[in-house]
Amino acid sequence: MVQLQEVTLDELKHLVSDRAIQGETMLLNMGPQHPSTHGVLRLMLELEGETVINCVPDIGFLHTGIEKNMEAKRYEQAEVMTDRLDYLNTVGNNLAYCLAVEKLVGLDVPPRAQVIRVILAELQRIASHLVWLGTQSLDLAAMSMFLYCFREREVILDILELVSGQRMMTTYIRPGGLWRDVPKEFYAAVEDFLAYFPARIEQYHGLLTKNPLFIDRTKGIGVISAEDAIAWGLTGPTLRGSGVDFDNRVARPYSGYEEYDFEVPTDTAGDVFARYICRMEEFTQSLRIIEQGLEKLKELEGAPVRSNNRKFVPPPRSELGTSMEALIHHFKLWTDGFDAPAEYVYMPVSSPRGELGVYLEGDGGNKPYRVHWRTPSFIHLQALPVLSEGLLVADLVAIIGSIDIVLGDSDR
Amino acid sequence: MNDKLQQAIQTVKARFEVEEHTFSDEHSLIILPKDLAAICQVLRDEFQFNMLSSLTAVDYWPEGEPRFHVVYQLYSIDDNITLRLRAAVPGDDPTVPTIEGLYPNANWHEREIWDMFGIEAEGHSDMRRILMPYDWEGHPLRKDYPLGYEEVQFTFNADEIDRKKPYVKE
Amino acid sequence: MGIEQKLGNMGIVTTTLEKAVNWSRTRAMWPLLSGLACCAIEMMHAQASHYDMSRFGMELMRASPRQSDLLIVAGRVSRKMAPVVRRLYDQLPDPKWAIAMGDCASCGGVFNNYAIVQGVDEVIPVDVYVAGCPPRPEGLIHGILTLYEKVENEKLTKWK
Repeated sequence: MVQLQEVTLDELKHLVSDRAIQGETMLLNMGPQHPSTHGVLRLMLELEGETVINCVPDIGFLHTGIEKNMEAKRYEQAEVMTDRLDYLNTVGNNLAYCLAVEKLVGLDVPPRAQVIRVILAELQRIASHLVWLGTQSLDLAAMSMFLYCFREREVILDILELVSGQRMMTTYIRPGGLWRDVPKEFYAAVEDFLAYFPARIEQYHGLLTKNPLFIDRTKGIGVISAEDAIAWGLTGPTLRGSGVDFDNRVARPYSGYEEYDFEVPTDTAGDVFARYICRMEEFTQSLRIIEQGLEKLKELEGAPVRSNNRKFVPPPRSELGTSMEALIHHFKLWTDGFDAPAEYVYMPVSSPRGELGVYLEGDGGNKPYRVHWRTPSFIHLQALPVLSEGLLVADLVAIIGSIDIVLGDSDR
Repeated sequence: MNDKLQQAIQTVKARFEVEEHTFSDEHSLIILPKDLAAICQVLRDEFQFNMLSSLTAVDYWPEGEPRFHVVYQLYSIDDNITLRLRAAVPGDDPTVPTIEGLYPNANWHEREIWDMFGIEAEGHSDMRRILMPYDWEGHPLRKDYPLGYEEVQFTFNADEIDRKKPYVKE
Repeated sequence: MGIEQKLGNMGIVTTTLEKAVNWSRTRAMWPLLSGLACCAIEMMHAQASHYDMSRFGMELMRASPRQSDLLIVAGRVSRKMAPVVRRLYDQLPDPKWAIAMGDCASCGGVFNNYAIVQGVDEVIPVDVYVAGCPPRPEGLIHGILTLYEKVENEKLTKWK
């Protein structure tokens, strides 16, 4: 159990250059326990002095078997697994999964639920970017940013806790709507955050954007051209930093994103700094979306937040005492779940990191036959050798931060 | 349906032996594994499907014939269209040609389907396990691979399971 | 009792060696900066401004196991990671303690499958288990204070 793996070295020789085998360059192991690999990522570096000649990522240290485990659970049970994939984007994962299930079974979601979904997904996007900003600047030796970012993140987690009872693993979004409506304190909490956060963004800009130390560490580092970025499958801010205006919220809108007025920030340089600027701008855009969402939400006060289709969505508690039919549906759904057709769908959404896609296949029964998560971190990590070639080890740390990986997302 | 997507599907249908499947505005082409690289080449160069969104596999064990489907999700950023290819792979010789040369990010995906399903990508530059430990046996996402469920402790069997559990004692 | 009364108010405290050492161990316990999964984010929250674990003498997280004496296993331990966790634990200098943070590290949590070790206690000896998925930062802090209680009551004869 606790023995280290034995691998014959011959199998791995093709990963490094001949110079490394002759001992001219140094092979260095970075991770899986390393403070700036953002989790349990292992990198095998081939170095000449401090220059990275080649970098071979080794992932799987957080492989959780989520895809297999979801096959063993019913559709609604499998949702708790989705939270724990990309643990910085829990609401977004729920959203992607629920949208896929809804697409598979053809379920409609009431407008109020869609608006709440959008607000929470954007709050989660801000929270995720705050972790990125905190850890990226921590890696570049700006300790106080970490403390500031986590202070703000705490406010968002409080809002998530307010609506769902859990700080991180909310499972609040359900197939066909939401678990329940938001409490009335939600409006004030989000409004407070909207009023409070813009000044904080200014503060971050003041601390970093024109900071010569930060610029030296980020400008011209980890450059990737637009064509390469597309070929490597990069998405999200990592792609937009290279000048490609692509976001699933605009290209393939879901959950009513087409009704919101927002911009997709892009930059052309394609380096760490450009990706930084894109994400910083996304803070502002997410705030705009939340603001519009809140207005819509007030117009839809009292509207239902769950679909009325009782074959898929359990009836409200209040009906159980009076309606036999509701009781039957309740019993059926919580003991046996619902059946989905033997078809397959792919549902892409825009996670803070990039395109998060759910490939969901049913077999006519009440359990998913196959779930595959197309996760942005997995694909971004793959491009790491291209991004880091010829740079210093210290730059590698900046690049890992800038592609914003979450190992739970990449290893699944 | 988008004109360009229509055109792409018609072109592939005319040149190769494929079967079309449509569900909820998503279009899939079920192809033969030997045509895979050629179809991807056509789609990428003539129809600008420049991004490989996702690559995965599905196991239809025990009834399904052929046993595996390898699923390629292609996307065109310029035209905002998506097309899915499904290569039907037999269970006794699970191989697909690699498309690493066309889409560089297929590299890790193909390693993943090797790791998880045992489907080998022929001509792949670095065929190693990616998610599981190197010395792992079996391919976990196959349907004949058990989930590896461990019995849950309740009051009546807590002690018995406790005795079996390999705790580390100092 | 005896000596304090004789010496009067001279600012001298007498205690046993056992108590003094145990006390000082709890007041400067350096955890290893090692996060595995979701719980690591809550561990970062516990470290950050709002919860501020440094109130308990733990502001210093060391990235090297050689400099730390507490391993917080924050998150699920996969079969591939288990040897690494064991190795990290072995590298901690004695005396050392371990906290299993969260359900996954304690018992496998929701992931009862082939990939996850069903509780990190199959790999390393654990002193305190913190429940929750993930535990709140208060939960982690409570777990650490529970560990302090344990350390303060350790017997001199059992020291390593």
